[in-house]
Amino acid sequence: MAEPMRIRATMTGDVADVKVLMNHPMETGQRKDAKTGQLVPAHFIQEVTATIGGATVLSANLGSGVSKNPYLGFKVKGPKAGDKVVVNWTDNKGDKNTAETTIA
Amino acid sequence: MNALRRNVLKGAAGASTVAIAVAAGLLKPTQAMAAWNAAAFDAKNVGGAMKGLGVSAPVDSKDIAIKAPDIAENGAVVPVEVTSNIAGTTSIAILAEKNGTPLVADFTLSGGAMGFVSTRIKMGQTSLVRAVVKAGGKSYTAAKEVKVTIGGCGG
Repeated sequence: MAEPMRIRATMTGDVADVKVLMNHPMETGQRKDAKTGQLVPAHFIQEVTATIGGATVLSANLGSGVSKNPYLGFKVKGPKAGDKVVVNWTDNKGDKNTAETTIA
Repeated sequence: MNALRRNVLKGAAGASTVAIAVAAGLLKPTQAMAAWNAAAFDAKNVGGAMKGLGVSAPVDSKDIAIKAPDIAENGAVVPVEVTSNIAGTTSIAILAEKNGTPLVADFTLSGGAMGFVSTRIKMGQTSLVRAVVKAGGKSYTAAKEVKVTIGGCGG
């Protein structure tokens, strides 16, 4: 099942800088298994949402063209240190994961 | 639900098939309207992906900066940063034009999020990396070429 993800949020001035590292194989469905010659079925994160203090700041659709163990960085103006950041993802097999942190 | 959707999509290109399936009652609208934009992500060319995103003829803009390496040694991991200085940026999409399915990711920004996203993408070959930004009901675009020495798709 889903591995934990890493998330970090820091304030620089009045902007919160959020960095997320998700653990996921991000299979495209086009790669062949070296041993069996069979196509490895597609398995990738499709949706990512991020909220700060309960308000949605980012909702992303990802395709299989995003690298393995996706990295995502974004910046949000307005929040304060101590606000809670929550990131959720869902993949094409219905697996979900969530992580949260507070802005430092 | 997912297996059903795959089968439906296999038949023909995205949206129209889904519409027919909805009409026939095969899929409940709530399922067919899942947030993930299958029509855009399954598109095999840039035009189709743009259509799926609801973008037509985006305007070239110098206010979009794409930060990516000129030469990527490893196409499996190409860091890409897009900064949009266009006021009221609501979404940023990233496309690798020569990938089998060009649309890589589509980010919708809200609640104070700035026009900035940073991620890592796969690229099959040397190609333009294109950003499509929506702001105030209009769409803008910019592109940067990234040379890829080892492709990151297939294998």
